[in-house]
Parts: sequence; C-alpha cells; structure tokens
Amino acid sequence: MLAKRIIPCLDIKEGRVVKGVSFLGLRDAGDPLELAQRYNEDSADELVFLDITASHEHRGLTFDLAARLARVLFIPFTIGGGIASIEEIHRIVTAGADKVSLNTAALADPDLIGEGAERFGSQCIVIAIDVKRRGDRWEVFSHGGRRPTGRDAVAWALEAERRGAGEILLTSMDQDGRQEGFDLEITSRISTRVNIPVIASGGGGTTDHFYDALTRGHADAVLAASVFHYGQTTVSGLKRALHARGVPVRLPREEA
Amino acid sequence: MIAIIDYDVGNLHNLKNALDFQGIPNRIVREPQELEEAERIMLPGVGAFRPAIERLQRAGMEPVIRRKIDQGVPFLGICIGLQLLFEMSEEGGPNRGLGLIAGRVVRFRTALKVPQIGWNQVALQRPDPLLEGIPDGSYFYFVHSYHAALADPADALGLTDYGVMFPAIVRHGNVWGVQFHPEKSQHAGLRLLRNFATMNAA
Repeated sequence: MLAKRIIPCLDIKEGRVVKGVSFLGLRDAGDPLELAQRYNEDSADELVFLDITASHEHRGLTFDLAARLARVLFIPFTIGGGIASIEEIHRIVTAGADKVSLNTAALADPDLIGEGAERFGSQCIVIAIDVKRRGDRWEVFSHGGRRPTGRDAVAWALEAERRGAGEILLTSMDQDGRQEGFDLEITSRISTRVNIPVIASGGGGTTDHFYDALTRGHADAVLAASVFHYGQTTVSGLKRALHARGVPVRLPREEA
Repeated sequence: MIAIIDYDVGNLHNLKNALDFQGIPNRIVREPQELEEAERIMLPGVGAFRPAIERLQRAGMEPVIRRKIDQGVPFLGICIGLQLLFEMSEEGGPNRGLGLIAGRVVRFRTALKVPQIGWNQVALQRPDPLLEGIPDGSYFYFVHSYHAALADPADALGLTDYGVMFPAIVRHGNVWGVQFHPEKSQHAGLRLLRNFATMNAA
C-alpha cells in the first residue's frame, strides 16, 4: 500500500537555513546539509527547500546547495522559491533536485507548467498554491502570499493538473504557522477533484492535525516546518503515532 | 566497473551519486564501445517509453547490450529502464521494447491516482543476491503510470500493490529490473545498488 508522506520544509536564504531550528546537539543549525541528513535519518519521506533569497545574484548558492544535497541525500527533494524560467528549472534539476515547485511564475505564465512537464516530466513539476478563505471560496495569492490574484483555488489546481503538473502543494495562509490544524475543507475539495497527489501544508501542530489532513482532508502527503524544527515532535515520532492509528506510513527501518 | 548508460533520458547523476557515496566504481557511458569494458551495466531513465527506446537505439546501444547480456554480464534496468526490458509497451503505442523479458508494459488500471508517486512496499517472492539484507515489505520510492505485466510469473522477485499487483522487481537470468528509484529509496535502495555491484553474478 502506498504510504502517506511526511515532508519537513526548510527555508533557505543565501544557501543557509533561516528561521530558528532547535535540533538538540546540532553543531550549526544553519547548515542545510546537516539538517537534511538529520531529517533523512529520522525517516522523512522527502524534503522541500524553499529559497527565500531576495536577490538574484545569490541564486547561484541555491544551485550549489542542490548539488551538495544530491551527493548525500538519497530521498527525493524539491527546491522552490522564485523559480521563473525553464533555464532555472534546468539548472536546479541538473544540480540534482528531483522536483521544483513553481508558484508566482506559474500564475504569471501558466505555459511554464506545460513546458516544464514536457522537458523534465510531470513528476518534476510541483505547483505550489497559497490560498486564503473568502467565505465559501478560496482565493489564490502570489508573491509569497503578498498579492491576491482573484483566482479560485480549485479552478487553478484543476488547470495546473491539466497543464501537466505532477503534484499540488497546497498551503492555507489562514492556518500557516498557527499549529491549529490544516484547512481540511479546501484540502479535501482539491484532493478529491484532481487525480495528482496533494500535499497539505499550513497548520500542522498535533498528531490529530496530521491524521485529519491525511484522512478527512484526503491529502496524499503533509508538509510542516516549525513543528519539526522546534522539536515538538520528530518525523519518526509522528509516523509511529499515525501508524498506531492505522495510517500507512514508512516507519524507520528497524521497526519496518 | 559498472557502466551507467546515458542516452539523454533524464538525470543520471543521482544514480551516480548513490554509487559514489558507497565507494562503488562506476562510469557514465555515452558510446557503445565504452560498454565493452563494463563488468556490470545499469540502464536508468525517466519519461515516456517511445522516446526512450528510440534514443537507446539511435545511440547504437542495443547490439552491444544484447552481446554483453549473452556473455553473462549482470544488467539492471531502473524505472523506464525496467520497462524497456519487455517485449512491448502500450504507452504511446504499442511500441516494441528490447524483449529481454517476456511480457508487456501496461497502464495502471486502478481507481487510485495515476501516476503512482511515493513510497510503496515490495513483497519479496524469493531469495536473490540482489535482495540480500533487504527485509520483506521494505518501502521504495516510485514514480510511474505504467507497469510490467509478466508472461511468466516466475520472473517476479518482488510484487507491489497499487490497486493492482504488479512486479516491482523482476529477474530473468542475468537481467534484473526495478520499477522504483533505488537512488531515492534511502537505506533499502542504497543496499540494493550495493548488492548489484558486489553480488556473485553466477
């Protein structure tokens, strides 16, 4: 049976992890490689690196990072944040990333989805959708959540799938960072409409939250940052708890 | 030395990374004559069946692949590389494959989402040098819309359930194939690659 995936997300700026990360005994909490290997050993199913580097002259560090990660990390990893062209996708994939996540650029130029899928395969193209609830609808935001687009989240997810996206990374801006639970309603609405995997993001705090997203929310995977970074739970701890409640997960190898 | 065949079908560097990481000598080869020296051969690749078989043939690899396999050189097809081992695929076709293992490649006929993306378990069917030290039911990372359908069920070393049961690991003589990505399957995948590199081929 296909396992539900647990995906830690790391914010990267100029090649370093930003936001507080408080792994016990970590020599340098800013080193993406050390953190990535830590999560890898803790049975993370994938990793997502979100590049929040503002200036383009420092983007080279992100390509270097992808290459360094690929030499030591033998699980899939995604790089996202500011990717705007086929050329950039090519550089990141050639460096060793398995997937790229596109957000603002795909909204501005939806052809990028199809061109990317054609050239690198659908499995490589993750469409990140940041949404905010507006009554009974959900609006898509671009530019890191700063700009409303007027677009409907379900419609955009369906369009992204039709254009060749391999996965949807859905983030509820209302829930993000609050650790009060995922937005189950929009997660379920999109996941039951598209035929590609949906990764739920934004709001994961307790085991119940993750359990609900993967069951009632019909998510194929869950992504979280702070709950893992601050050590409230570990990936393996969360997996054991989900396993005990009947969710299929890939347990650490000694328990498999 | 292990040869990794490069025929412009996806990024091979992650497979190379997984071998390098374990200190396994390997080389990416683009020319048929470079394959002559190979003691073991890996055929990776992602994407669609038809461009893959066409590029493999255009690269002039097919005759030397057949000769090396006849000589008993261990051969491992990975992902689309597994699918190319079969007689034909219905993807974009029908299109003919290498015909090294009897059977066809068919699209998933399941109510589940296609492609299958993620970690799934493999039920091992019998002991094999490729599977040394890998527990039954281990998870591997899959990304695919098509899967093999064997003519002879005895060619299956491992079966996976995704709405339908399909062979995730196959073997016929000195030809092995895996549908998943061992280079992305953490400990179990690294072990499988190491087994391929070090196993007694006889």
